Amino acid sequence: MADQPIPLVINDLHKRFGDNPVLKGLSLEAHQGDVISLIGASGSGKSTFLRCMNLLERPDAGEILVHGEQIRFRQLRNGRVPADWKQVERIRAKLSMVFQNFNLWAHLTLLQNVTEAPIHVLGVPRREARERGMALLERVGLAERADYFPAQLSGGQQQRGAIARALAMEPEVMLFDEPTSALDPELVGGVLRVMRELAEEGRTMIVVTHEMDFARDVSNQVMFLHQGRVEEAGKPQDVLNQPSSERLKQFLAPNF
Amino acid sequence: MQQWLTEIAPWLAQNDIFTPATLAQYWQGLVNTVQLVFISLLVGVVLAVPLAIARGSRWPWLKWPIWFYTYIFRGTPLLIQLYLAYYGFAFIPGIQETWLWFFIDDPTYPALLAFTLNTAAYTTEIFRGAIKATPRGEIEAARAYGMSKVLAYRRIILPSAFRRALPAYGNEVIFMLHASAIASVVTIMDLTGAAYYVYARFYSPFPAFIFVALVYMALSFGIQGIFRQLEKRMLRHLRSGS
Amino acid sequence: MIDFQGYGPRLLDGALLTFELAVLSLILAVALGLLAASAKLSGSRLAHGVATFYTTVVRGVPDLVLMMLLFYGGQIGVNMLTDQLYYAFDIDIFININAFVAGVVTIGFIFGAYMSETFRGAFLAVEEGQMEAARAYGMSGWLAFRRIRFPLMMRHALPGLGNNWMVLLKTTALVSIIGLTDMVRVAAEATKATHEPFLFMIPVALGYLAITSVSELVMLWLRKRYDTGFEEQD
Repeated sequence: MADQPIPLVINDLHKRFGDNPVLKGLSLEAHQGDVISLIGASGSGKSTFLRCMNLLERPDAGEILVHGEQIRFRQLRNGRVPADWKQVERIRAKLSMVFQNFNLWAHLTLLQNVTEAPIHVLGVPRREARERGMALLERVGLAERADYFPAQLSGGQQQRGAIARALAMEPEVMLFDEPTSALDPELVGGVLRVMRELAEEGRTMIVVTHEMDFARDVSNQVMFLHQGRVEEAGKPQDVLNQPSSERLKQFLAPNF
Repeated sequence: MQQWLTEIAPWLAQNDIFTPATLAQYWQGLVNTVQLVFISLLVGVVLAVPLAIARGSRWPWLKWPIWFYTYIFRGTPLLIQLYLAYYGFAFIPGIQETWLWFFIDDPTYPALLAFTLNTAAYTTEIFRGAIKATPRGEIEAARAYGMSKVLAYRRIILPSAFRRALPAYGNEVIFMLHASAIASVVTIMDLTGAAYYVYARFYSPFPAFIFVALVYMALSFGIQGIFRQLEKRMLRHLRSGS
Repeated sequence: MIDFQGYGPRLLDGALLTFELAVLSLILAVALGLLAASAKLSGSRLAHGVATFYTTVVRGVPDLVLMMLLFYGGQIGVNMLTDQLYYAFDIDIFININAFVAGVVTIGFIFGAYMSETFRGAFLAVEEGQMEAARAYGMSGWLAFRRIRFPLMMRHALPGLGNNWMVLLKTTALVSIIGLTDMVRVAAEATKATHEPFLFMIPVALGYLAITSVSELVMLWLRKRYDTGFEEQD
């Protein structure tokens, strides 16, 4: 086990939007089966951090290693760009992202959403992709909705479908970007339940979330970000129950 | 069919305008109109897809010439474009001796050129708008799942944009059918040309033009019906509920 | 300067005619459009039926065919009508259909149908609550229409109105086919005489582009005006 490459390693990541630095040297190591929750106020950089991991945002400095493979960059006058987009695409296929707004492809049915990338990116045979897709929809409780279009589903169903789409890639690491923030309160539970099951079966997950209960109960690591830096990190029971920094105390304090 | 023919035969014999000869004239006009419109639309779409994609490119030297092309062709009357295509080549000195001769020998070619460039310009803008309206999140998801730009266009952006463009494109098809009526000014015997011929021959505008108006209406509503059906099938995904 | 080989003044006259034709047709089209839109929204089934027939016919038939029908058929139709008048009431009049009037009537008639759709949509887009509020504050029907419904409606109608105007402008080129000497006709005649299509067609094309470009700027300005107070929703 010790020789196995680590699914995801981030070293000293920096990112600025114009003159405004949003990430100031963030690092992270996600080992097999880790569930890491990124928490912090809005504007703390947690979503940007996550989006840098699969290069949806381009980090200005720092290293990203997926399963031991480092993403190569090329220095240009106006910044750093990936040296090889083929490599980026290959690596993205190993890091499935679940978005806040689901971002299911509206013109495809739920099942087609799930099979689209496996067939056309990974080259899985159609029939196999369909069978696996149906099994995954079954898992998230949407088998009978396979032929529905996203617009015909509730937000919670869409998000569970999006999770099935992510699972269909058989990813090294799953990236969740505030997966329950856009949902009505009564639909949050179903999505969290699916995520909890994924954590229990040993998936490596990085979750940007506002759900403190989820962070406490499910993750084995919590990182509290403030203004582009890690303010506090560690086991959830330590970080969330005995916060040492003033800012985290404030953040966790109930709002009246 | 036979019975139908024998029934209308006496009626045909009684009136002097809708003789078999003029009906044949109208039929040829219909064939010419449909051919002209169909070929222009087909080539127009084939040109419009890459143009619409390039129109959204980041490179100014690719983007602005296409903007200029659509601006010119959408901002001026098709009739002028037709005249330019028709006379523009015909009056080049010595063109009779070159291989381009076929082009002015038959007015169908300049008409096809003008119609095609015109519909391609409109269709480019229709597709451009539809591509631009693709939800950002869907494109992001495509990229996040490892799709290359080309694959994302092919599998996600274009299929979704074509569906969105369908109603506007249906209008463009009908617009083109109606606009093709000017083909008769460069001596093409299209539907309108046939109607004008019948009018001039018998000096009876009402039967000549009302008949052809009905033919155009039937064509227009046929096209509209086809697009309604297509929209019903292809835009299913936009309706929530059910 | 470009040498228009003596066609310069006629080209200018043609341009003026194009512009006059376009503006007069637009006025007629707006009037017909408002009328047809009201007819469609009125409770009367007859009015609704007539207006629907009108827009359906116009949308199914090419502009040029309608124009030929009205122009070539118009004279014969008017003659038949005056003949009837003569036989029935012994009134002897002769009306000559002038090509310009035929052009204005046809184009106005065609675009009235398109305008009616624009206005209908715009009328329906104004929330009833706005008019109710106007009446609740004691505005009379006409006052409420003028001060409340009309400005609110214009905001919704403007984009469609602007589009129709641009299409209408280009449609005026068709009158050259039925014999009116607009700028396209002058250019076509000059082309045939001098064998220089580009010399005449390109300036005419630029003339249309100039009018459409100015129109687009005016539309932008008008939209800003009528969008006052609505920025956030858009």
